[in-house]
Amino acid sequence: MTTPTAEPLSEAGVVPRAARTTGTAERRAPSGTRSPGLVALLMLLPASVLIITFLLVPIGLTFVLAFTNARLISPEPAQFIGVTNFVNLFSDDTFWASLRNTIIFTVVIVPVQSGAALGLAVLINSKMRGTNFFRTVYFLPVVTSMVVVSMLWLFLYQPNGLINAVLANFGIAGPDWLGNPKTALIAIILMSAWQAMGFHMVIWLSGLQTIAQELYEAAALDGANRWQQFVNVTWPGLRQTRTFILITITIAAFGLFSQVNIMTQGGPLNSTTTLVFQAVRSGFQQQQTGYASAISLVFFVLVLAVSLVQRHLTRDKEATR
Amino acid sequence: MSEVLTRVADGTQAPHTVSVAGADRSGRGRAVLVTVLKSLLALVFGLPLLFMIVSSFKPDTQIFADLGGVRAFLPVGDIGLDNYTGVFDRVPFAQFLFNSVFISVATVVGGLVVNSMAAFVLARMRFRGQKVMLAVILATLIVPFEVMALPLLWEVNLLPYFDGVEFSQGWLDTYAVQIVPFIANAFSIFLFYQYFDTIPKELDEAAMIDGAGWFRIYRSIIVPLSGPAIATVAILTFLPAWNQYLWPLMVTQSEAVRPAMVGIDYFRQLNVSWGQLMAYASVITVPVLVLFIAFQRSFVNSIASSGVKG
Repeated sequence: MTTPTAEPLSEAGVVPRAARTTGTAERRAPSGTRSPGLVALLMLLPASVLIITFLLVPIGLTFVLAFTNARLISPEPAQFIGVTNFVNLFSDDTFWASLRNTIIFTVVIVPVQSGAALGLAVLINSKMRGTNFFRTVYFLPVVTSMVVVSMLWLFLYQPNGLINAVLANFGIAGPDWLGNPKTALIAIILMSAWQAMGFHMVIWLSGLQTIAQELYEAAALDGANRWQQFVNVTWPGLRQTRTFILITITIAAFGLFSQVNIMTQGGPLNSTTTLVFQAVRSGFQQQQTGYASAISLVFFVLVLAVSLVQRHLTRDKEATR
Repeated sequence: MSEVLTRVADGTQAPHTVSVAGADRSGRGRAVLVTVLKSLLALVFGLPLLFMIVSSFKPDTQIFADLGGVRAFLPVGDIGLDNYTGVFDRVPFAQFLFNSVFISVATVVGGLVVNSMAAFVLARMRFRGQKVMLAVILATLIVPFEVMALPLLWEVNLLPYFDGVEFSQGWLDTYAVQIVPFIANAFSIFLFYQYFDTIPKELDEAAMIDGAGWFRIYRSIIVPLSGPAIATVAILTFLPAWNQYLWPLMVTQSEAVRPAMVGIDYFRQLNVSWGQLMAYASVITVPVLVLFIAFQRSFVNSIASSGVKG
């Protein structure tokens, strides 16, 4: 939208803050060495060009291509075909399965992952010995790539893999985790939460440490037990952190792809296919960019709606406080 | 909220333990319980990775034989480097690793320069449209990459590509297509902006009186003062660049430019040797884990500061 045109960056427009307050600085410095307009333009140029080309244009293209029959590699130019892509999309059972799975994944993983991460944060938010060690260990999966984690857990989840071998020690016959439509999505949810939890633990922890110590002391003097302290001091104090964590987990969850592509390829019986997986399948493997853009647009609307709702909810709370 | 990041995770903050008089005895029992719980959780998070590394030294028969017991997590039995030599024989692993390192480093270095310069202009100069530009940059943060991945794929396939000699159409199957789109980063610009904004403006003024130009102020004053921000952006750029999967999966075909994360797919397609898979996974993971443990504080501070925007 706002491209850094020469106009707002013109000599007259760009005035150093320092020079504004002290006119002398402007006069004394040799004007040849710093013409702020040109320098500002040059320093902004690379980022502006790259952001426009690789961020704003593709976002705009999503809206345009979704209404065309564009193909990835085609001699023919793309043609405008109205809402045909969406009509096809909404009559496609696989699309509904992918939408359903994406929503289930998100609805389950948001509370599970953020709740468990908060538990971890509360657990290690103390000056007991070894806190650093535990924080490091809980954080290890975060710095491990999702690709590696998926490959590793692909083995752990095998019918004769590590998890079932451990369960067998307790006399439990484990299922074929990834081969059964009933358990495949759950298996992916558990693994994903395991991988990313440490990330949100650290963010919760930073939120916890902004809460004033005196509040806990005051609550303790009033006879509040630990649970009451958590409900009345910790939880309200984490409002901002909470919003941030909910939005980031939700957006990341909607983008579910790597795990599915590596572990199940959307199966069994479409029980783990997702919006992004379907978008990649049609836009890359089948080269139907128009159709893939329509899926992306649905995805985008979903993300936008959730962000707006979450922002609205937290704003309301702020107003009533 | 920016003071959050300075206090986070450096362990200097006072703990929130509140000892109520008379609760000491139950407090000690609680401490033991908490330690047991923390240790169990450490096993949950640590054991799968330990299993991966340990298994990379075992032949498949040994891996399966050890599964049911504690031996699965111990380097015992038929231990050797066969899986590692096997991996290098089977795929052009050295090439994949080089590609990954090259792409990640180029993305980080390019990103540091481009984003810090943009943030410098936005934070230290004043011009019309500045607020709007910042707002647009922040607004793009909620758009996940996956939304525009397919339109971007279509776009880069049409962009002209200059290989040093002549122009051709399409960026597919190059290093550039894996680096250039990820150099400018709205979040990096925001992190730099936030940091630069805290540096006193009087420094610019003084430098100007001494005759320094804007670029000189950026290079000789602001950048040297911005160590923590640079570390944060470098870490937050490196991890996703190293771990990228969806994008290189679509834009690379030849082994000459393919990164290691996509190379792991070879093991899914060929008949699987789990031991070799674990060896491959270990080689692309352990260096990052070691970096993390060595620079633990910076890592954790970076992640924590990413929460500041909330």
